[in-house]
Amino acid sequence: MNQLLTDTLNIAPIAGTIVLSLIVIMINALKKKPFQAEYWVSVLGIAANIALAVWTFPVRGTAFEGMVLTGGFASLTSVIFLVSAGITIILSRDYIEKIGLAHGEFYHLILMATVGMMTFAAGTDLVVTFIGLELMSVSLYALAGFSRRVAKANEAALKYFLLGAFASGFFLYGIALIYGMTGSTNLLVIAQNIAAYKAEPLFLVGAGLLLVGFAFKVGAVPFHMWVPDVYEGSPTMVSAFMSTGAKASAFAALLLVFTATFDFDHASMNTVLAILAVASMLVGNIVAIAQSNVKRMLAYSSIAHAGYMLIGITAGGEVSMAGVLFYLISYVFTNLGAFGIISMIENAEQQGTDLENFRGLYYRRPLHAVLMGVFMFSLIGIPPLAGFFGKYYIFIAAIEKGYTWLTIVGVVTSMISVYYYLRVVVLMFFQTSEETTRPAVAIDGTVALLISAFGVLIVGLFPSIVLDWMGGLF
Amino acid sequence: MIPHVLNYILFLPLIGAAAVLLARRSENAVRWTGLIFSLLTFVLSLELFFGYDPQNPAMQFVEKMSWIPSLNVSYHLGLDGISMLLVVLSTFLTPIVLISSWKSIEKQVAPYVALMLVLETAMIGVFASLDTFLFYVFWELILIPMYFIIGIWGGKDRIYATVKFFIFTMVGSLLMLIAIIWLGYYASTQPGGVFTTDLLLLMDIAPTIPLDIQSWMFAAFALSFLIKVPAFPLHTWLPDAHVQAPTGGSVILAGVLLKMGTYGLIRFNLQLFPEASLEYASVLSVLGVVGIIYGALVSMVQKDVKKLVAYSSVSHMGFILLGIFGVTVSGMQGGLIQMLNHGLSTGALFLIVGMIYDRRHTRMIEEFGGLARQIPVFSTFFMIVTLSSIGLPGLNGFVGEFLILIGSFESTVLGSIWYVVFAATGVVFAAVYMLWMYQRMVFGVSRNPENEKLVDLSAREIGLLLPIVLFIFWIGVYPGTFLSKSESTVQRVVEKLEQVQKGEAITTTVPKP
Repeated sequence: MNQLLTDTLNIAPIAGTIVLSLIVIMINALKKKPFQAEYWVSVLGIAANIALAVWTFPVRGTAFEGMVLTGGFASLTSVIFLVSAGITIILSRDYIEKIGLAHGEFYHLILMATVGMMTFAAGTDLVVTFIGLELMSVSLYALAGFSRRVAKANEAALKYFLLGAFASGFFLYGIALIYGMTGSTNLLVIAQNIAAYKAEPLFLVGAGLLLVGFAFKVGAVPFHMWVPDVYEGSPTMVSAFMSTGAKASAFAALLLVFTATFDFDHASMNTVLAILAVASMLVGNIVAIAQSNVKRMLAYSSIAHAGYMLIGITAGGEVSMAGVLFYLISYVFTNLGAFGIISMIENAEQQGTDLENFRGLYYRRPLHAVLMGVFMFSLIGIPPLAGFFGKYYIFIAAIEKGYTWLTIVGVVTSMISVYYYLRVVVLMFFQTSEETTRPAVAIDGTVALLISAFGVLIVGLFPSIVLDWMGGLF
Repeated sequence: MIPHVLNYILFLPLIGAAAVLLARRSENAVRWTGLIFSLLTFVLSLELFFGYDPQNPAMQFVEKMSWIPSLNVSYHLGLDGISMLLVVLSTFLTPIVLISSWKSIEKQVAPYVALMLVLETAMIGVFASLDTFLFYVFWELILIPMYFIIGIWGGKDRIYATVKFFIFTMVGSLLMLIAIIWLGYYASTQPGGVFTTDLLLLMDIAPTIPLDIQSWMFAAFALSFLIKVPAFPLHTWLPDAHVQAPTGGSVILAGVLLKMGTYGLIRFNLQLFPEASLEYASVLSVLGVVGIIYGALVSMVQKDVKKLVAYSSVSHMGFILLGIFGVTVSGMQGGLIQMLNHGLSTGALFLIVGMIYDRRHTRMIEEFGGLARQIPVFSTFFMIVTLSSIGLPGLNGFVGEFLILIGSFESTVLGSIWYVVFAATGVVFAAVYMLWMYQRMVFGVSRNPENEKLVDLSAREIGLLLPIVLFIFWIGVYPGTFLSKSESTVQRVVEKLEQVQKGEAITTTVPKP
């Protein structure tokens, strides 16, 4: 009993978020007046859970008989997901009120997805990992179709569900094969004899199937087909949540399973990873040029960014793990901000999310245009913004491991990406539109955007703040 | 001596930019705030000029603070004779640019002034950085304000021009980033080495890289710098950017930004990769000579005077390239003084073109004529600056070109007089295109009745041209003031290359602080 209590305390952020999500759904069921209690409870609860995650940071180890990580890596990733969820919730309030679906379920689903993400990224047993994956995915399927009267949202939800279920199948089959080979699903047990397993074809096939599941969740080419349609059809902030939280948790789990446990130096596996990375960078960046919808453009951009992070996974080693984790943090702030602005403009002006809607934005809403500019430049990777340092760190890891050619592909595709990110800036600042009205935007949303921009700047200017946290994590 | 003066100089403009944004309600307050901050920065930078000790081989005014300890990245600033002069050039031109835009920038004044000040910080940072990571940060930071200055306040085709400028520069600098990382990694593979971005350490380590890899590193850095210079055939972004940029943007672009390229070649290519530098010196010198002649020929046929000045930059920068890669003391000194000259003369030419454009809203040479009678003061300044750009003895341009030609003539690295022969034709061409342009615009009869209404320069306009003209004469008559500051630094750079050329061990290292 005592052990149970200690273990529960050690995974406080996960436990706390479960409790929070239950409280939110209970409030929703019991309340009479249409008051946004769920919103405030969620936001404050997330803040409390971030505090819990920081509090459990020093407790490094595992809980529940080696089923789940505690402290360290798990705490740090929990903070990432909670920040992502918090900013998503703040920026969604306005949206779900406007479409008349201001129900507590929305917050509940976001919180449940967050629990899934934390579990996915902390599982040290493949079964726990899978439970996390499914909890996250099922919540996201529902969220994708949340604006249920919009045809595109339904399409997005169905597509995401069908393809996602298929990918889960691959994942599960991979677990089964690995279990067949090693006799265990526990990563710690597998790690003990990993050198012997790595030569076995059956193990490689199992790992390959796992990789398919991961590649689907991170949106790497050729498993990316769902990304543009789902991002376009889902409510904008849900797309933001998928592209940051869900992607971050898939990458965190990928780091845990592949880089930390399997630690492939196997040429064939590294070739596969390198191909995924190169294909994602190329396809993502080139196809993004042709997009006229900002959400679709950012969807392809997120495919490309998955490619950059896959460079780190390919290279492997501790520097890569730190690099990928840093990249995730910078990407979460940047992309939440970018999607957040799209969502605000979409809500306030009711004009859709085409690039054209950004024409002359600077002359209507200077603050929002400047913030969007910051996020775009961070996505390009201009110093001293966070996006730059993320790339820098991953490139260091890759060059140290002898993957200089991958970094060259990385920078060449970055050059391509300059074009489409700049197009947004050009439209906002260098062109004017007839649109002169500027309906008010939500204050809390603007505050969330400022927090994101602040994060992008601080993490970029003083990367040591984050690097110190990651020191000795692996 | 003011302690930490370089820190103040670096961040004062940035603080000024913040102050400008706070004062954005009143346009006059914005202009004055910007001007005061840039003047303060200039006054402080005089401390650099007078406090610099040419006898001391170490970096001076050094600032060092750990920034990212786990990667050995530090905030490390310092100046030698070369970078000190360029920092002062930057702080000198910024207030002039702000005064020049006093009337011509009417919309969005606060962002304009703020961006100019951010640009100033970035320029100083580029010249003062002694850490490759820090250098890269400033190098890229330059892009953002310039991108907006051309894009918001530029001419009709500004968007095409500014995107082209941005993409060209990005292409070069991203490959340089890989080279920077690779250098740090190479340092970590040395016995007892760690990953580092400290430029002074790398200057000792990098020359030991085997030539085949050194060549790749050299190419990655050189590509980035040659785009910025810009050297033929990478120059195509320059005419577009110059023509579309507002006057202030053109002045900074020509006056300082192009020098970042030639500065980078001296600081990084020559000092980090001496062996590769010697190997490819002739290639880069040929590019320089081609640029000299090509730029001059294209200038000759321009109808738009701003475009003419833009292409003349290609020609002048070709001279600098030739001076640097002759690897002689006089050539490199000439290249350095030519960097200052080009900043002053071409900066002044852009200012003058801007002044006439403000009055007539055209820059076509054929629209003018007979300006000497209408606006004599303007024509006089125009004359002095034109002659300085041609290289008339007694004015600044002559000193630089003369030293460069002597240097290439003496050069054992180039070992051929044909470089000088071809480059010297550039001097002749320069006289042709500049004087012909001047004659068509200023002498003869007016070809458009609009010219009759022109008013001569205002006190503000005279005031901003006078300091430039002062230095045009100063450098022309007594260049020693400036050459003596950089001589010992240039000597050490050349000596290091000569040692490598002779196959001796390198003994010239910059003392570490």
